[in-house]
Amino acid sequence: MMSFFARFAFTGPSNWKIQRITSILMAVYLFFIVGYLMTNPALTYDQWSELNSLLPMRVFTLLVVAAVAFHAWIGMRCVFTDYITVRLIGPKANGLRNTLQLGLAFMLLCYLLWTIKILWGL
Amino acid sequence: MLNVSIYRYNPEVDAEPYMQDFEFDTQGKDLMVLDVLEKLKIQDPSLVFRRSCREGVCGSDGVNISGKNGLACITPLSECVKGDKLVVRPLPGLPVIRDLVIDMSQFYAQYEKIQPYMINNSPPPAIERLQSPEERKKLDGLYECILCACCSTACPSFWWNPEKFIGPSGLLQAYRFLADSRDTATEERLANLDDPFSVFRCHGIMNCVQVCPKGLNPTKAIGHIRNMLIRGTA
Ligand code: SF4
Ligand code: SF4
Ligand code: FES
Repeated sequence: MMSFFARFAFTGPSNWKIQRITSILMAVYLFFIVGYLMTNPALTYDQWSELNSLLPMRVFTLLVVAAVAFHAWIGMRCVFTDYITVRLIGPKANGLRNTLQLGLAFMLLCYLLWTIKILWGL
Repeated sequence: MLNVSIYRYNPEVDAEPYMQDFEFDTQGKDLMVLDVLEKLKIQDPSLVFRRSCREGVCGSDGVNISGKNGLACITPLSECVKGDKLVVRPLPGLPVIRDLVIDMSQFYAQYEKIQPYMINNSPPPAIERLQSPEERKKLDGLYECILCACCSTACPSFWWNPEKFIGPSGLLQAYRFLADSRDTATEERLANLDDPFSVFRCHGIMNCVQVCPKGLNPTKAIGHIRNMLIRGTA
């Protein structure tokens, strides 16, 4: 189980695959939303909230926000391990990088919970 | 008159690196950058650079010429002089030993990691291990690398992680042995590359392809390795 998780989260090939799959999801969603807005130029609040109350639409949106979270996690970790390293900025790098990663994880988790609250919420 | 600006640094004397300007008379000839360096060294014998074959074979004189990495011996002035200015710096990203000479230890350490030699423990046949012409063809575009380091020192991923990312040159060589029908260590070689840094730090920017003086394509070789790794892990 742990090794499955470790492979999933920390190996090159799986990170690479996750990046491709999540970007496809995000692109499809973007096309769908833009297409929907263009075919409904006089969109009313009722129409919009009806669309977003459909279960498949909610699941789709949640899936895409999760994709954004994974995509950002892998991408930002790449950026952090490129620029916030002991080589480039000295011994304080490791602490700073871990803090930033923790902050990022917290932020992405909030986005996810917030999305659930908006979609199913009050 | 050509205005030549050269990166100078002698750690035993200079507090920090500086650019030294020379005036140089080309007498209307389209010289190679190395010719200019040689003539300037007569003027100022303290100028230090590496060179050997002076014909693009040995890979010793990789330098940054007006912003682009290349071999000084096969880069004509007509290709690199902007206005009447030529700027020569050491290859970027690795420590400078003196003037245009860099410490290539990290570059070679990555080369060593990929085991740049044939691995085949089956008993050798009487004469030689044969390859079909098709199998041999797979090595074209890979074996010609002269390890000049122009590509790896042009690669941002190598600048930031020279200890962890193999770099375009090392990966081109890694694929040269992965693609060789006589080599039997494919699995082992792939296992050694299977982490988030060694191969996957390549983001396909293709700086390496743009500068390779031998016209090789490390990005393509890296793509092949990546596909092998992705196929190998379900
Ligand atoms: S394609 Fe890859 S190896 Fe080549 S310069 Fe870009 S990141 Fe580096
Ligand atoms: S791939 Fe090209 S640029 Fe890179 S080390 Fe080999 S010959 Fe030099
Ligand atoms: S001196 Fe040998 S490659 Fe330039």
